Amino acid sequence: MWLKPVNTLLLRRRLIKPLVFALCGMPFIQLALGAFGVQGFSLGANPVEMLLHSCGKWALNLLLITLCVTPLAHISGWRALFAYRRMLGLFAFFYACMHLTIYLVLDQSMLWSAIIEDVLERPYITLGFSAWLMLLPLALTSTKGMIRRLGQRWTQLHRLIYPASILVTWHFYWQVKQDVREPLYYIAALALLLGWRLYRQRTRARSRA
Amino acid sequence: MLIKKTPDILSSEITDSRLYFGRRRFMREAATLALAASLPTRLLADKPTWLNNISPSDFSTSEQPNSYSDITTYNNYYEFGTGKDQPQHQARNFNPWPWQLKISGEAEKTGTYNLEDILAGRAMEERIYRLRCVEAWSMVIPWVGFPLGELLKEFLPTSRAKFVEFVTLNDPSRMPGQKTRVLQWPYREGLRIDEAMHPLTILATGLYGEELPNQNGAPLRLVIPWKYGFKSIKAITEIRFRETAPNNSWRQSQPGEYGFYANVNPEVDHPRWSQARERRIGAGIFAPKQETLMFNGYADQVASLYAGMDLKRNF
Repeated sequence: MWLKPVNTLLLRRRLIKPLVFALCGMPFIQLALGAFGVQGFSLGANPVEMLLHSCGKWALNLLLITLCVTPLAHISGWRALFAYRRMLGLFAFFYACMHLTIYLVLDQSMLWSAIIEDVLERPYITLGFSAWLMLLPLALTSTKGMIRRLGQRWTQLHRLIYPASILVTWHFYWQVKQDVREPLYYIAALALLLGWRLYRQRTRARSRA
Repeated sequence: MLIKKTPDILSSEITDSRLYFGRRRFMREAATLALAASLPTRLLADKPTWLNNISPSDFSTSEQPNSYSDITTYNNYYEFGTGKDQPQHQARNFNPWPWQLKISGEAEKTGTYNLEDILAGRAMEERIYRLRCVEAWSMVIPWVGFPLGELLKEFLPTSRAKFVEFVTLNDPSRMPGQKTRVLQWPYREGLRIDEAMHPLTILATGLYGEELPNQNGAPLRLVIPWKYGFKSIKAITEIRFRETAPNNSWRQSQPGEYGFYANVNPEVDHPRWSQARERRIGAGIFAPKQETLMFNGYADQVASLYAGMDLKRNF
C-alpha cells in the first residue's frame, strides 16, 4: 500500500528542479559572500577582476552544459533531461548579464566613452557584446506563451545559441594573454557538441533520401 | 635633484612588521628550534645581514603602499604558474640559497659570484615605487634594494657594452611552471645601458624590510618603475653586457604585443586593450580605474632617455 509507484513528475518538480536551480546559483552565492567579505570567501587582491572572470566563466560553462542536454537525451534515451534545458539556458544568460553589468559598472565605472571605444575597437569585447545581444532574444522568448506563439519560428530563433556559443568561446580565447590551454579545452568541447549536431543532421538527411 | 620630499621613515616602521610576519616567524622559529641542536649557528640568523641597515630614499613615492598580502598573492611569475594566485603556492618550497650570479660579456671583470658575497655589506635603500602591469593593474610596493648601476660599474663594462641582458634561473625541477612551454625558458630581459645605469633602476632583495618572498622573485630581481612589470625580471642568475640589443621573452613570444622598451605609456594601447587607465589593487570594489601616467609618473626623471624617439613605434 505504501509502496506506491514514485510519481516521477512530482519528484522532478519538487526535488530535482530545485536541486538544479540551487546548483546553478551556487557560484553566484559564493561570489556574493566573497563580495561581502564573509570569512573564507575572499575575492582575492583584485575583486573586480575575480567577479568579472568568474561570472564570464560560469556563463560559458552553463552555455556548454545547456548544449549538452540534447545530445545526452538522445544518446541515453532519457528524454526527461529536456525539462532542465530552459533553466540551464536562463542561468547561462543570468551569468552573462552579471558579467556585462560588472564590466559596465565596476570595471568601467560607466565611463561611456571608454565603453563605446572598447566595444567598437577591441575585437574580443565586440565578440562578447555581440554574443550577449544574441542571447537576449532567447531569454525573452523562453516563456511558454512565447514558445506557443512563435511555433516553428521559435525553434529557428533559438538556433542562435550556436553562433552565440562560438562567439563566447572565441571571446574567452582572445582575452587570454598567453596561456591558451584553458580556452582550447573549451573550444574542443564546443567543437564536439556542435560536431555531434552536424553529424546527426547529415545522417538523418541521408536516411530520409 | 628631486623636488619631491618624502618622510624619513620606513613603511616598516609605520606598520610593525611583527604584525605582518607573526605567523611566518612562529613557523620559522618552531622549525629552527627543532633543528637548533644539530645545525651551525649561522642558520639561526633571522634575516640576512644586508637587511639590517636600510635607509629611506628620496625616490620613494608618498602614496600608500599596498598590503603585504596584496603584493605577495597577486602577481605574474610564469615560472610558478600562469595564474596570478599561483606563484604564492607554487614557490613555497623554492629555496633560493645558495645563489650564484654570473657576470659575462663586455666587461673587464666577469665570472660567477656568490650572491651573498655581492650583497654583504652593501647599503640598502627602501624604494617605494609604483608598479604598473601591462595588464592594466597597478600597485605601490616598498622594495628594498640598491641601484643596478652601482653594481654594474664594479665589473667595469667596456665601451662596447651598449646593452645589458638578464637571465632567470632555468631549472624546471625547482620552477614547476617551466615544465610547460608557455614562454621560451629561461626568461630573458634586456635594457639599454643608459636605462640600466639610471638611478631609478634597482636590484631588489627585500620587501617591507624583510627578505624578498619567493613568489616576488627571490633572491634577486630587477625593478624598473617606469616600465611595464614584465621588464622587471625575477630570480636573476646571469647579467650579460652586450654590444647588440638582446631579445626579451614576451617580445619573443608575441612581438606585435610586447616591445623591447615597454615604457608605461597611456597613449600607446596594447593591441587588445587600452592602456589609458589602470586598476589600483587594494582601492576597493567600487573604486574607478585611475588615469595611467606617462612613464608611470616618472617622466621628470626618465623622459630625457627617449628624447626624439617615436614611442609608438618603439613600444
